[in-house]
Amino acid sequence: MSTLPTIVSHDVDVAAHEPDGTPRRMGFFTDTSICIGCKACEVACKEWNHVPEDGLRFTGKSYDNTEALGANTWRHVAFIEQTRPLPMAGAQGGDGFRWLMSSDVCKHCSNAACLDVCPTGALTRTEFGTVFVQPDVCNGCGYCVPACPFGVIDRREEDGRAWKCTLCYHRQRVDMEPACAQACPTKSIQYGPVDQLLRLADERVQTLHRRGVSQARLYGRDRDDGVGGFGAFFLLLDEPEVYGLPPDPVVTTRHLGEMWGAAAAAALTMVAGVAAAFLRDR
Amino acid sequence: MPEMTPTSYYGQPVLKEPVWTPEIGVYLFTGGLAGASAMLAAAARAQGNHALARRALFTAFAGVSVSPVLLIKDLGVPRRFYNMLRVFKPTSPMSVGSWILSAAGTAVGAATACEVLGILPRVRRAAEVGGALLGAPLATYTAVLLSDTAVPAWHEARQELPFVFAGSSLASAGAAACLLTPTRDAAMARTLTVAGAALELAAAETLQRRLPSDVAEPYETGGPGRFGRAAKLLTAGGALGVAVGGRRRAVASLGGLAVLAGAMCERWSVFTAGSASALDPRYTVGPQRRRMAERGHRSGR
Repeated sequence: MSTLPTIVSHDVDVAAHEPDGTPRRMGFFTDTSICIGCKACEVACKEWNHVPEDGLRFTGKSYDNTEALGANTWRHVAFIEQTRPLPMAGAQGGDGFRWLMSSDVCKHCSNAACLDVCPTGALTRTEFGTVFVQPDVCNGCGYCVPACPFGVIDRREEDGRAWKCTLCYHRQRVDMEPACAQACPTKSIQYGPVDQLLRLADERVQTLHRRGVSQARLYGRDRDDGVGGFGAFFLLLDEPEVYGLPPDPVVTTRHLGEMWGAAAAAALTMVAGVAAAFLRDR
Repeated sequence: MPEMTPTSYYGQPVLKEPVWTPEIGVYLFTGGLAGASAMLAAAARAQGNHALARRALFTAFAGVSVSPVLLIKDLGVPRRFYNMLRVFKPTSPMSVGSWILSAAGTAVGAATACEVLGILPRVRRAAEVGGALLGAPLATYTAVLLSDTAVPAWHEARQELPFVFAGSSLASAGAAACLLTPTRDAAMARTLTVAGAALELAAAETLQRRLPSDVAEPYETGGPGRFGRAAKLLTAGGALGVAVGGRRRAVASLGGLAVLAGAMCERWSVFTAGSASALDPRYTVGPQRRRMAERGHRSGR
């Protein structure tokens, strides 16, 4: 047991402003290797943000009765049961079974498709680099819903508007930690300036690799990925799709020029077609 | 690279199913019909074919009148529809489209008013030309609207979808005019019907051949597949009828109806294929895994 890692790091600053008042880019580092599946994050998020009930049902999917992120679920704890031995060096015995738990959340993409396609400007980038839906502007057009490569944002049946994690914007403004991170008893959810979290995540994955957890990998760490890196990234113990996450998400507007170009070519083809008919049947 | 069945989280979708209501599927048709009809109206007017111009203009007016109603009905908060004109965002095809539809609607509406009242012929002419210029953008932006999402069947079809919609729009505008216009005045409408149908069928065929099987599958199976096959039959059959026997009233009417129905089936097939594509995690994960393998990039470096 002496080989268990020291988990909690206290050197991440939760203040969303520099001492001189400049806002920082803030985010989450969710280290799923120490998630215990308590769902305190789900509960804290709901209570603090007044997120409506998201169904009282039994799914039979391990301990997961929330199933997925959505308009009324802004933190979602996934439970995966695998017949695979614990990979940690020194771990002995056991029955060849392992349980993966992971608290999913909006990724607050550096290049966010939901924000790009929003026609009203309801989705905005905050001063903390996060993606925020202004509920007083959203008219419920629903475009953000199929635009998100992670299936995070959704339209709420009750009021017709789109909702998702705000990264507790109103708490950030007064330098408080988001509710989920504060409630997390193992510090699986760490909150802080993204640059600091990236360093912490790199150290953590190296530590796990040294200890023999070769499957540990960071998801959303790469700043050159399809969405320019996540504001909320993860340490996973298996492939992303095992957790219901896309392995190679790409912001849809990366191909915007190509799409408008094809539409322009098609529009010109229409003009040519009408012109040809005009000349033929004069 | 060995083919593997992609894993998933309890078979749940990675993406969210589009929440757009059936009204949007119908709008894809009415918007395209309106845009191409506005173009036909201006071309017929330039030829001095007022019988055709008048009918095409009325068809365009019907299209631009119904379209906003369909779009607003889909909104989660319909009374906030005016927020669509709060900003102009090229990254949002819906924003661009709202401006196109508003402008096209204004132009076509003004031209129709002048035509009906028999007043202000210069204003009418200017409005008709304006409507015609906005017609092609109105008919094709909706392809970008669908492509600019994470839905694989829509996003990966971004090269072909605008041409499917362009052809389908021309065909439906020609078909509506064939249906409404005396056959002696409808020569240009017949040509447009046949040309549009050919473009639509060719583009749809290219789309299904080029896309990898797990991206194209939603277009070929289930409900979307049935509507797609119906679209091909109705469009090809109707266009053939118009081409061969379009000078006879009954054939022109039947052919026109078939092509209109085909255009609606085509849009419905594309619209519903999006849901099928989003709901199966294989369609999301498989192509992404292939992309990664092609890059020689292993996840979790």
